Formats: sequence, C-alpha cells, structure tokens
Amino acid sequence: MRYSGFRILKEALTGHKGWTPAWRDPEPQASYDYVIVGGGGHGLATAYYLAKEFRQARIAVLEKGYLGGGNVGRNTTIIRSNYLLDGNEPFYEFSLKLWEGLEQDFNYNAMVSQRGIINLIHTDAARDAATRRGNAMILNGADAELLNRDQVKAMYPFLNFDDARFPIKGALMQRRGGTVRHDAVAWGYARGADSRGVDLIQNCEVTGMRIENGRILGVETSRGFIGAKKVGVAVAGSSSRVMAHAGMRLPIESHVLQAFVSEGLKPLIDGVMTFGAGHFYVSQSDKGGLVFGGDIDGYNSYAQRGNLPVIEDVIEGGMALMPMLGRARLLRAWGGIMDMSMDGSPIIDRTPVEGLYFNGGWCYGGFKATPASGWCFAHLLARDEPHPTATAYRFDRFLKGLMIDEKGQGATPNLH
Amino acid sequence: MIINHPILGPRDAQEFVYLGDASLIQRPDGMTASIEAFHDYTYLRDNSAGPHRELWYHEQGDRSWLVVTRNTLTHEILKVELARDVARAEGRSR
Ligand SMILES: Cc1cc2nc3c(=O)[nH]c(=O)nc-3n(C[C@H](O)[C@H](O)[C@H](O)COP(=O)(O)OP(=O)(O)OC[C@H]3O[C@@H](n4cnc5c(N)ncnc54)[C@H](O)[C@@H]3O)c2cc1C
Repeated sequence: MRYSGFRILKEALTGHKGWTPAWRDPEPQASYDYVIVGGGGHGLATAYYLAKEFRQARIAVLEKGYLGGGNVGRNTTIIRSNYLLDGNEPFYEFSLKLWEGLEQDFNYNAMVSQRGIINLIHTDAARDAATRRGNAMILNGADAELLNRDQVKAMYPFLNFDDARFPIKGALMQRRGGTVRHDAVAWGYARGADSRGVDLIQNCEVTGMRIENGRILGVETSRGFIGAKKVGVAVAGSSSRVMAHAGMRLPIESHVLQAFVSEGLKPLIDGVMTFGAGHFYVSQSDKGGLVFGGDIDGYNSYAQRGNLPVIEDVIEGGMALMPMLGRARLLRAWGGIMDMSMDGSPIIDRTPVEGLYFNGGWCYGGFKATPASGWCFAHLLARDEPHPTATAYRFDRFLKGLMIDEKGQGATPNLH
Repeated sequence: MIINHPILGPRDAQEFVYLGDASLIQRPDGMTASIEAFHDYTYLRDNSAGPHRELWYHEQGDRSWLVVTRNTLTHEILKVELARDVARAEGRSR
C-alpha cells in the first residue's frame, strides 16, 4: 500500500478500514541468498537497498527481539556530515544526501528535519580547528559556516555566553544537519524492504554459525538452522558476541551511552547544539522535550543502563551552558550499548570467512550513518567490493597503521 | 558502582579511571614479538558479556591499579584484587 495524502483522506471517509499491517510476519524459509543479522537501522537499510538498488532477492533479516528495539530506537536522532578526515567525510555526506531524499524514496514519513546543528567554540585554537573542519566539509561538497558570537547570540540568547571557563566565542554551523524520527527510520526501511519481498523475522536470535572449509553455510538460530549463501552481520553493540561464533575477536569494546529527555516545554531550541568542551549536546523534540546527552559511561557494559555519576556529569554540562535547564524536570533517562571501535570509526568489510561480512564499530554516531551504511553494506554484499565512499572502513587498518582517528579517541578511555 | 578496594575498603567507582581488559597486563615482549602479536594485544578484545576482568586505576585515591572482576550484563562486582598481585601471579617481575 502506498501512503499519500489522498490515501489518508480516503481512509478518513471510509472509517479507516483499509489500512493493512506495515509488514508481514513470515516464517523463516530453509535458506536464503542473503541473511542479514540484526534488525536495527543498519540491518534493515541493508536489506532495503539490497532489494531495491542492487536488485537482489531471497533476503532475510533476523532480529533477536523486535524490529527497532536496539540503538536505532534509543539514540538522540541527530544527523550531520561535519567530519574532517578523508576516510569519513565523503561517506557521511553521502549519508546526508540519502537522508534528504529518504522519505520520498521509501514512501514513509521519517520526519527528516534539517534544523541545523552548531558546535560551540570557546577559544582561538578551537576556532582554527572549526575553520579547518568547515573547509574540509566544503571541499567534500558539504555545507559549513562559521558563526561569530553575535550570530550565536541571535539564535540562542539564553546561553551562558560569559562563562569564566568556556565563554562562547562562536560556532561551526551545518544548516543541512538536523534530526530524524528514529523509530520511523526503522519502520520505513522495514516496510520498504518487506514490500520488496524481504522476510523480516523477529524473535530469531542467531546463536551460532555453520562454517565449513572456511565458507559460511548458514546460521543457527533460536528458530532453527537457516542456510545462506552470504551472511551480513549488523548487530551494533552485540558485534563481538555474534562474531565470536565465527571465531573472530574484534577491535571493539561494548560501552553504555545514556541519553535524557526533559518534560515537554514550549519551543526553545530550534536546532541542535553541541557543547563539546562541556560534554553535553541538546536538541528539542517536536513534542517539546529537551533531548540531551553526553559521554559514554566509560566501562565495558552490556546492561543497556548506566550509572548516576554520568547523569550528574551530563546535567552539570547542561547547567553550565544553559542555567535555565535547572528549572526543567527530567522525564526519562535510558541507555544503549555502543560498539566502540578502537579508533572511533566504523568497519564495513569482508571477514576471513568466505561469505561472511561485517558492519559495526559505529560508536555513538551510527544513526546519521544509517542510509549510507545500509547502501555501502549492500554494495559490498552484492558486488564483493567496497563502495567508493567506504573503502577506508577495513579491519586491517589497525595492522597497517591507517587508523581513522577523527577525534583521536575510540573506546580506549585513557585517551580522554 | 562501589569497588571494594583490597586496602582502602569500599570506594565509589568515580574515584577510578578505567583502562579495560586485564589481559593488557600480558604485554608482548617489545624486542621479540611480531607486529601481529602487538596488533592483537593493542586492538583486539574478547569484549565478553558476563564476568569480565578489567583494570581500574585509583587516581583520586592511593594510585594503585586494581583488577576488578565485574559482570558486564549486570554491573555486579564479583572480585577485586591488586593488579600487582595478579601480575606477579601471572609471572611478571613487576
Ligand atoms: C543514547 C544514544 C544516543 C545516540 N545518539 C546518536 C545521535 O544523536 N546520532 C547518531 O548518529 N548516532 C547516535 N547513536 C548511535 C546509533 O544509535 C547507533 O550507532 C546505531 O543505531 C547502530 O546501528 P543499528 O541501528 O543497526 O543498531 P541496533 O538498533 O542496535 O540494531 C542491532 C540489532 O541487532 C540485534 N541483535 C543483536 N544480537 C543479535 C543476534 N545474536 N541475533 C539476531 N539479532 C541480534 C539487536 O537486537 C538489535 O535490534 C546513539 C546511541 C545511543 C545509545
């Protein structure tokens, strides 16, 4: 069923009896050409682009829980392409361009909102770094603008501009950055994939891999063995656990990242704001809640919940930037498990096992990457060669000294 | 999380800096080990879900290194040892 304004009108006049479920709930078949492990944003996008752009068939997505129950439904929904390094910026700009056409492409309202993102500047050195980053972005076809203090003040007059430690001197702005309704991304890709024949199989945990003579034959699951010519793993925080079934150790640690939302407030922050020096970032949801977060808790965790010291740290950062925050009440706090790679950049690559492919190491920045990650992973799966924007995301970059250390930090907390 | 320091007793985890998997104690010999061995040591992790032995540094306290055994699924702390004792037991001279 195609969604449209006309369809809403028609259903409204006929008692909403014509709506059908957005996707099927099929039984797994004995085997597929492609099995994607993980029904988060990246797995669903991979299946969607495999079917739509690369014209492949006999595809299944296996999800241990329900679709979108992982990080894709837990993140703070920010999209941007304000990266510096050559290995990264073309990829993230590709992703931002896909976001711009996504809703038309998969016929689903994902509430893509290019409301603009600013990164605050507090020192001359930080302004130089922001200028360099902005130039790198422009060279790669993205947009970037340097704002002075008055321009920031016109946008957000309530910020603490004269803080003794971090006075606000300006900001790097990307107007095309913004937010997207995260659940709708999972649902839109799921519906788009399903309508192109992809089997989305929920409550199906991959518990093992059948590998013979160095080749993958399929996966063991909680719903029995499922054969596959090719298996693509995109399980975010569970990457090490799933790839251990193939005997692999990864350059990844799983850490918990927390996020927060305040009670609903009147319109206050129209864009996205990051206060890197204070380990705090914030935007406002369409429902009015201030959505904010900060650092990872900083220890290995699979618990999907964090501890109080980081909550205190994040709120302190928020209070330093916008003291009015102290009057708002916190509505909810939650956590997600991040696949922290050792240089802070992702991996989209083959593995030593023939037919087994890996997508992970997204750290806390994989939501914005969802469209390009799916597209590039589908490219690798279908054509057996990396997409031109994802050639640097290899396993062997650590061995070869070709790390993509965008911020000079990965999981390794002693770098902070 | 409260870490039960073997010398100082229960201390808030906030006083500590976290380094990661305690297998980092077993650093390959810099003169003889292969590049691959150093790669594996530096970058690869078991990243286990469940009991995990890990290094914590008591920066805001007595500056000792501890090996904490902690369940990464629940954050429950199961055992705390001085890293020095662990390293010596594993055959390191210091
Ligand atoms: C609090 C928080 C804030 C964030 N903020 C941002 C942000 O503002 N911008 C941004 O770009 N990124 C952000 N991120 C990061 C982003 O959410 C992730 O990098 C991204 O969602 C990961 O990809 P995914 O959607 O495929 O992961 P997930 O949605 O986690 O998908 C992985 C799926 O694999 C499934 N799975 C695991 N093991 C198995 C198995 N054995 N068998 C079958 N299925 C399995 C899981 O159940 C899960 O559904 C944030 C993350 C968190 C937690």
